[in-house]
Amino acid sequence: MEDLDHNKAPSVIDRYYTRWYKTDIKGKNCEDQCVLQHSNRICVITLAESHPILQNGNTIKSINYQISAGCSRLQNKVSGKSKRGGQFLTELAPLCRITCTEGVEYTIYSCIRGRLLEVNEGILERPELLLEKPSTEGYIAVILPKLEESKTVTNGLLSREEYENILSKRTSSTQQGPKTEPEPC
Amino acid sequence: MMLPLKENDRPIVKKLLEAGCCARCVLRFCFLEVQSAYRQPYEDTAKELLAFINDEETNVTKDSAVQDQLTKDPPSKKIKLDTAKTDVQAEGDSALVPTVTEEGGARLVKSDVCVVCLGVLQEFCDEAYATKISEVVKAENYQFDTMVLSVSLPAQLSVREHSCWLHVKKEVRKKSMLLDKDDVIKVKDAFKWIMQGLVSKELGGVSVVTKINRQTEQFEVGVGFTHPETDSDCHFLAGACSDCFSPTKNKANVFTRMAVAKAIGKVSDEKFLKKFPCPPTRPASKCVAQDVQCLHVSVFVAGRYNKFSRTLPQTPWVIDGERRMESSVEELIAAPLLSSFRAKGFNFSSSGREDVDVRTLGNGRPFALELLNPHRARFNKAEIRQLQETINQSSDKIRVRDLQIVSRDAMGHMKEGEEDKTKSYSALIWTQKAIDKDDITFLEETKELKLAQKTPLRVLHRRPLTVRERVIHTMSTRFLDAHHFHLVLRTQAGTYIKEFVHGDFGRTKPNLCDLLKTDTDILELDVESVDVDWPPPVPE
Repeated sequence: MEDLDHNKAPSVIDRYYTRWYKTDIKGKNCEDQCVLQHSNRICVITLAESHPILQNGNTIKSINYQISAGCSRLQNKVSGKSKRGGQFLTELAPLCRITCTEGVEYTIYSCIRGRLLEVNEGILERPELLLEKPSTEGYIAVILPKLEESKTVTNGLLSREEYENILSKRTSSTQQGPKTEPEPC
Repeated sequence: MMLPLKENDRPIVKKLLEAGCCARCVLRFCFLEVQSAYRQPYEDTAKELLAFINDEETNVTKDSAVQDQLTKDPPSKKIKLDTAKTDVQAEGDSALVPTVTEEGGARLVKSDVCVVCLGVLQEFCDEAYATKISEVVKAENYQFDTMVLSVSLPAQLSVREHSCWLHVKKEVRKKSMLLDKDDVIKVKDAFKWIMQGLVSKELGGVSVVTKINRQTEQFEVGVGFTHPETDSDCHFLAGACSDCFSPTKNKANVFTRMAVAKAIGKVSDEKFLKKFPCPPTRPASKCVAQDVQCLHVSVFVAGRYNKFSRTLPQTPWVIDGERRMESSVEELIAAPLLSSFRAKGFNFSSSGREDVDVRTLGNGRPFALELLNPHRARFNKAEIRQLQETINQSSDKIRVRDLQIVSRDAMGHMKEGEEDKTKSYSALIWTQKAIDKDDITFLEETKELKLAQKTPLRVLHRRPLTVRERVIHTMSTRFLDAHHFHLVLRTQAGTYIKEFVHGDFGRTKPNLCDLLKTDTDILELDVESVDVDWPPPVPE
């Protein structure tokens, strides 16, 4: 009440989540993702703002949670407090494939080990959410790491600071000239 | 006294004494319901029984030498007993059991522990043990009028009792066809007949009773016995009646008294006799007495609380074994109550709960506290009012009203309507886009707004994932500045307000961001009222 400053106080994500990043996933340039880890260990998987889909005024043609002939993330169902029945994902398990109007297809990955709780069906109806609100309403999936792995599950990921360092290196290297090799993670 | 035994009891008495039954267990199997017979000193009963069977064997009349001594000449009896006792003590700390020797004559000898009660009625039914029980009760300093004395016996006692019953069944049936195993006096009853009076005397005359589930019997003192040596007595029943002994989650031992009694009822006499000695084997040791346990029934205290702090959780907040935030609503309320009721612990419950950063204003939130094993349970209205005052003086973060003692049953009212009652909230809202007064007034016209709320991410780790439909009955607004306003909501209980405001990644639909077409966030939240009419108000 005492602070009616028009500047936004810390956002919901700032208050309750830690941001983790994975860059150049599978060696593909700039295919970066973000993992928002809640203090209760639940993780929300989103695109990082540097992901190619969010650059150059892209539009989305399709989002497909059917990641193989036999496996659709849309089929995922969990029941009870213990979330029985959810698909168990490893770091490089694909969550969905997103095709842009230019015909380029991108695969979005789990980034962490854990049980899949839900995927965002909202972006199937309104793909523009992915572009407009990539870190909130345009999330990809919710994953629950194992309790015993909740502290270590983000070990291979980059902190916000490390991620920003990589972004600034990318900018300076593109300024120096085009680069053929992908950034090492 | 003269034991009121009949001629047809004689074969029963003889057979049981030969089998190694103690004097009091013999009385039980003679269906003797005269309580004073059990209360008289054990040695007297033992002597009388011997005399009773010797009468027949030596063909002497009722005024035999022994009877004469026992009834007419107490001092000499005493002397005789004392010598007998000394003899026994010289050999060890064991009770006297009348034993019939092989020559057929009966005499008092140092003998083994009773094959049926395993010593409970021999060794633990006297003034010394009554003093031991009373000392524990006195040390705990309980406030009570009436005390229930309960006793817990080893499960194998039922097996041994059944074996002994089969041993004398024929003789019993000769005495009367109407008598059955259920008519045998229970070890428990004999124990209580003897001990209730003795304990009462030790405690200065308080009433010591058997539990019959009356409201007045709120204080229970439990004594228990174990006998590891014969624990395996029950094991054959698992093979004979396996369905009685299914392992349960909470019980380490499947051979509970209930299960053993049930299994004995199912096993045929023939089968029982094949698997278990009849009469039972003689134990080498007596029972072991467990610690005396005192327990007063819980007292329930109810009231309503306000929470004025945004850094005070309702219950202790522990993450990975580490405590976050000092204190909590329940601890602030419970501390003075625990010390005044001298209780051993408490369980706190309330009509819903608020987050650590949410205040609860208005009339407050109903709560109830179960005080476990209170050593003091009676408080008058003035004393309760004083306790409420003590709680309120102890912290300015909370305030309690309508504090009162309630019944366990009344607790149910608190949880009633947790879903269907309404709750009122007041929230401070931030908007990303600049707004003016007119931009938010339409919210006041929005009535009975239906929400579909997915389980919020912040609680999803401990709740099932579902979509719940909740209703916001009404909203009113108070404009503050271009980016802030107050929103007052009347909602169905169970509506997640924070998620309605920020949308929870679009998982609550519609949310305030959708309604106002801009990002919104919640900066402060207060509960203004919890509409549950319990507990009743206490006039100041």
